[in-house]
Amino acid sequence: MTDSEKKIKSSIDNNPEEIVVEMQHLKKSFGDNDVLKDINLFIKKGENLVILGQSGTGKSVLIKCIVGLIEIDNGKLIIFGKDISELKQKELIKIYRRIGFLFQSGALYDSMSVRENLEFPLRRQKDSMKKEELDNLIQEALHEVGLDEAIDKTPSELSGGMRKRLGLARTLILRPEIMLYDEPTTGLDPITSKEISNLIIAVQEKYHTSSIIITHDIECARLTANRIIVLKDGVCAAEGSFEELEKSTDPWIRSFFE
Amino acid sequence: MSEAQDVNIEKKKNDSRILKTDSIIGNFFSEVYSITSFTMRFLKEVIKPPYEFNEIMKQSFLIGYKSLPLIAITGFIIGLVLTIQSRPTLAKFGAESWLPAMVAVSLIREIGPVITALIFAGKVGSGIGAELASMKVTEQIDAMQVSDTNPFKYLVVTRVLSATLMLPILVIFADAVGLFGSFVGVNIKGNVSAYFYFSQVFQSLAFADLFPAIAKTFFFGFAIGLIGSYKGYNSTKGTEGVGKASNSAVVFASLMVFIIDMIAVQITSLLQ
Repeated sequence: MTDSEKKIKSSIDNNPEEIVVEMQHLKKSFGDNDVLKDINLFIKKGENLVILGQSGTGKSVLIKCIVGLIEIDNGKLIIFGKDISELKQKELIKIYRRIGFLFQSGALYDSMSVRENLEFPLRRQKDSMKKEELDNLIQEALHEVGLDEAIDKTPSELSGGMRKRLGLARTLILRPEIMLYDEPTTGLDPITSKEISNLIIAVQEKYHTSSIIITHDIECARLTANRIIVLKDGVCAAEGSFEELEKSTDPWIRSFFE
Repeated sequence: MSEAQDVNIEKKKNDSRILKTDSIIGNFFSEVYSITSFTMRFLKEVIKPPYEFNEIMKQSFLIGYKSLPLIAITGFIIGLVLTIQSRPTLAKFGAESWLPAMVAVSLIREIGPVITALIFAGKVGSGIGAELASMKVTEQIDAMQVSDTNPFKYLVVTRVLSATLMLPILVIFADAVGLFGSFVGVNIKGNVSAYFYFSQVFQSLAFADLFPAIAKTFFFGFAIGLIGSYKGYNSTKGTEGVGKASNSAVVFASLMVFIIDMIAVQITSLLQ
């Protein structure tokens, strides 16, 4: 058993009810390219876990596996204590409903207005909701991300930072218990990046969400991470707090923080 | 260069040609398999609830109503040009009075459905291809999936159904406008009353002209919607893929229109 596996085992044994996502020997390949070779990790309830790694190391693939956008080849993926490979479609849908995903590009629906972008997931999951209730939720979600004025705009009229915030509002409106952030600050200026990082912390504090944050932005990692995992060659190469990894003796890991 | 080296180079060239041919054949069969699976998935999803009625209505409006001006202009010009072009030939044989009947039969049976379907493939097929491909590139389809929505049902089924239902209506509309264009064409060099012209038209048409012509347009619409959706939904290679999806949707859908037309004509002539 490796150090990382021992750590996971002891953490799970100590607080089994606190683990919301667990991966055991997870593997994923695309043709001959083994992207994820042997991933072992866990996320505790209310924790912000940052995943660092070079481009192409499978960070986005890893979180897409959690939400069912990519099927795993091998290994175990346990979400809310349930092995997803043993679940039926209906049970899987129930699990996925508890997970929110903020895409790298925001993935806003271009053909819809800001209001419709927020209304769409609500209508799909809560079709019996009254119009007034729906409007209140939309306004509340927009207020939380500071986009009250943009309600009747279209995504093309929004800046990069606003698009990310709208993407976050669209995800939060469904009150997920796990949030997956795919490079939330990529392509943004330092000030807007900091605003997004602060929003991630605010979401964690207000809704007690557990989050996985994929990022290259060290400032974002420093601000948001309770724990950091560094991916290298399809495995978790290092794990620890920001301060621990910053002082790592491994020059490759330290290079991320320089 | 030695003879042995020449032979080696020639062998490598032959091997590469064989590999290329293998890959073309392989790609063809893989594409056929892929589009068959896509069609089967459509047939499965179309009968399975929930039904996206609102989205079908929205797409029918966008696909059908928004195509009316283009179809009207095209239909009018076809009717007009067909009349003007046919007139001298019929006049040579003293058969000018046959002009309304000839234009009506050719317009209703063949030209109206095929030209409208080709215009429809260019406008709607490419539009669906580009829209779905760009949604894929910008992860909107993935976002839909994580929002507890079946993107295939919401995006593909609705568009294919709308295209299947809207094209026959557009063809009937194009035929009507085309006949009006023909009436205008007849009156450029003559003075024929609308009553006389349209009585000639309706006398020349039978149910056997109308029914197969309209029936085949459902298949045209289905093929155009399905191919546009298939190309867009399965597009790869980022923004470059959007252009490719749009382009190949038009080319492939137009080709399918001719193939379906050829089969429909054969079946109709066998039944008559």
